[in-house]
Amino acid sequence: MAAYLVHRTFLMILTLFGMSVLIFVLLRVVPGNISDILFDSAGFVNPAEKARIEQELGLDQPIITQYWRWISDLAQGNLGYAYVTERPAAEEIAPRIPVTVKLAVLALIFSVIFGVPLGVISAVRQNTPLDYFLRVLSLSGLSLPSFWLALLILMAFVHYLGFIPIYTDPPDSFWKEIGLLSVPAAAVGFRSSALIMRLTRSSMLEVLRQDYIRTARSKGASPGTVNYDHALRNAVLPVVTIIGIEAAFLIGGLIVTETVFNIPGVARFLVEAAIWRDYPIVQNLVMFIAIVVVFANFAVDMAYMLLDPRIKYAD
Amino acid sequence: MTTIDHDAALLRAGAHVRGPWSAAAHLLRRYPLGAAGAVIVAVFILAALFADFVSPFDPIATNARASLAPPDTTYWMGADFMGRDVYSRIVHGARISLAVGAGSTALGCILGVIIGLMSGYLGGWVDLVVQRVMDIMQSLPLLVMALVMAAALGPSLENTIVAIAIPLIPHFARVIRSSTLSLREQPFVEAARATGMSELRIAVRHVLPNTLAPMIVLATAQLGSAILTEASLSFLGVGVPEPHPSWGRMLSESAAEYVRTAPWLVIFPGIAISLAVFGTNLLGDAMRDMLDPRERT
Repeated sequence: MAAYLVHRTFLMILTLFGMSVLIFVLLRVVPGNISDILFDSAGFVNPAEKARIEQELGLDQPIITQYWRWISDLAQGNLGYAYVTERPAAEEIAPRIPVTVKLAVLALIFSVIFGVPLGVISAVRQNTPLDYFLRVLSLSGLSLPSFWLALLILMAFVHYLGFIPIYTDPPDSFWKEIGLLSVPAAAVGFRSSALIMRLTRSSMLEVLRQDYIRTARSKGASPGTVNYDHALRNAVLPVVTIIGIEAAFLIGGLIVTETVFNIPGVARFLVEAAIWRDYPIVQNLVMFIAIVVVFANFAVDMAYMLLDPRIKYAD
Repeated sequence: MTTIDHDAALLRAGAHVRGPWSAAAHLLRRYPLGAAGAVIVAVFILAALFADFVSPFDPIATNARASLAPPDTTYWMGADFMGRDVYSRIVHGARISLAVGAGSTALGCILGVIIGLMSGYLGGWVDLVVQRVMDIMQSLPLLVMALVMAAALGPSLENTIVAIAIPLIPHFARVIRSSTLSLREQPFVEAARATGMSELRIAVRHVLPNTLAPMIVLATAQLGSAILTEASLSFLGVGVPEPHPSWGRMLSESAAEYVRTAPWLVIFPGIAISLAVFGTNLLGDAMRDMLDPRERT
């Protein structure tokens, strides 16, 4: 157990290191550096000024030195400087994190509340009209772009209620904020709920085919007991994995939804920084997302160990 | 070169197949949702191929008098702010969506196959390093990685294809690697080696064709997400640039402000994206059921 934890932690650090190298390299295979881009938009180039900025950003240093400088700054919590707003990046990012976290948690709650029960129903009623309907519903959830769903929701608000739910910053009260965030959260959560539903269904079907389920049925256990006590408990394990991964991958859906609803979160900031080509910020934000993903995976593995007594990790 | 033997697959499924029509009829009965998906995809492919013949207007010609015209008999789906016909733009947009979707899936597939085949066939430290890199690439959400790549490369049609293809590589490399690992131990590979075939030739001529089925399943499944990612990137303004009519870009131009005043600008491009992705997803599910019996439910 302890050995497994050490092994897992080591792997996590290795992954984060690899990720930082990958992000660093990806942003540097592109021709032109940030000073070129800054000066491109300014129109004329003063070579002395350009050299000064390159020096300030450390672009005149060898690539290894640049990487080391980035990582050691990151470790000290120094995220650099946002060029467009002319403020330290940490000051820009910090207030945005709680908004995105709230949105992600709401979306996750939404997707689990709908995804797991509907997936179970779909499996238990396999090949009935209800199952077909739910399968088409979940497939449509995977097909609708979340930004379009968000626009449709906005349209429904305008049409039936005559107003658009606009996020106010700072929010009036906690509950009002949750109310406002629940609309975009539903738009993001729809996709995740579809994914969770599909996985719950197939996992449930697999378990329902096993011998011990037949045994339970033949000894006279009620369908409810068999489905929920015997089957669901075992079927839910892979679902936990996907929920954990979705928790981190929700950021993909948040990128567009925060943009549509004009919510000042981290995901929208990433889009803005990418469009401004503010690479130091993009680099740090992507690294931040990577850290969240890696920790979510770690948490899933730990949850697995608690949920499934068969897994001992003795090695 | 081994191809997928549809007749054998049909026989396994209990069909009495005589001729292609009978086979099509059986597939329709066995996979009604997949058949619906195939029809939807076929409609979009035809629209893309014959865009110039089925659209009444030039998709990029502006007309100030038709600005924000609501849907009527001339402009079936209305016109946008610049007076461009929405229907014609959607039909031409099918070209962009399918070109980027198919192009990035194909590029990701080719690179993934090369990497996966190498990794699975060579094994050892190459495999170890490649697998770690693939793990790392896969742990970033598709849209995040595509967004960063697209923004770094700059908006153009080719760059959008590359930006979406790169995050797709690990999915293909994984699948190809795992089938390569099991195929490598098969007697026919050993036989080929005994006849003195070079390793490269064995890998390409004997191992690769046998990985075709899982590859097709995965490619169909990824096509939908590639189309969706292109729409998202263009919506965010880092994807396909003007003057190409891209569905995602049509939505970003018309976003929040037209929700009130010109709903047709929001509704129709969104339906086009959803329907195209829905069709490929239906098709992908059916392909998986048909070609990959392990996943059958």
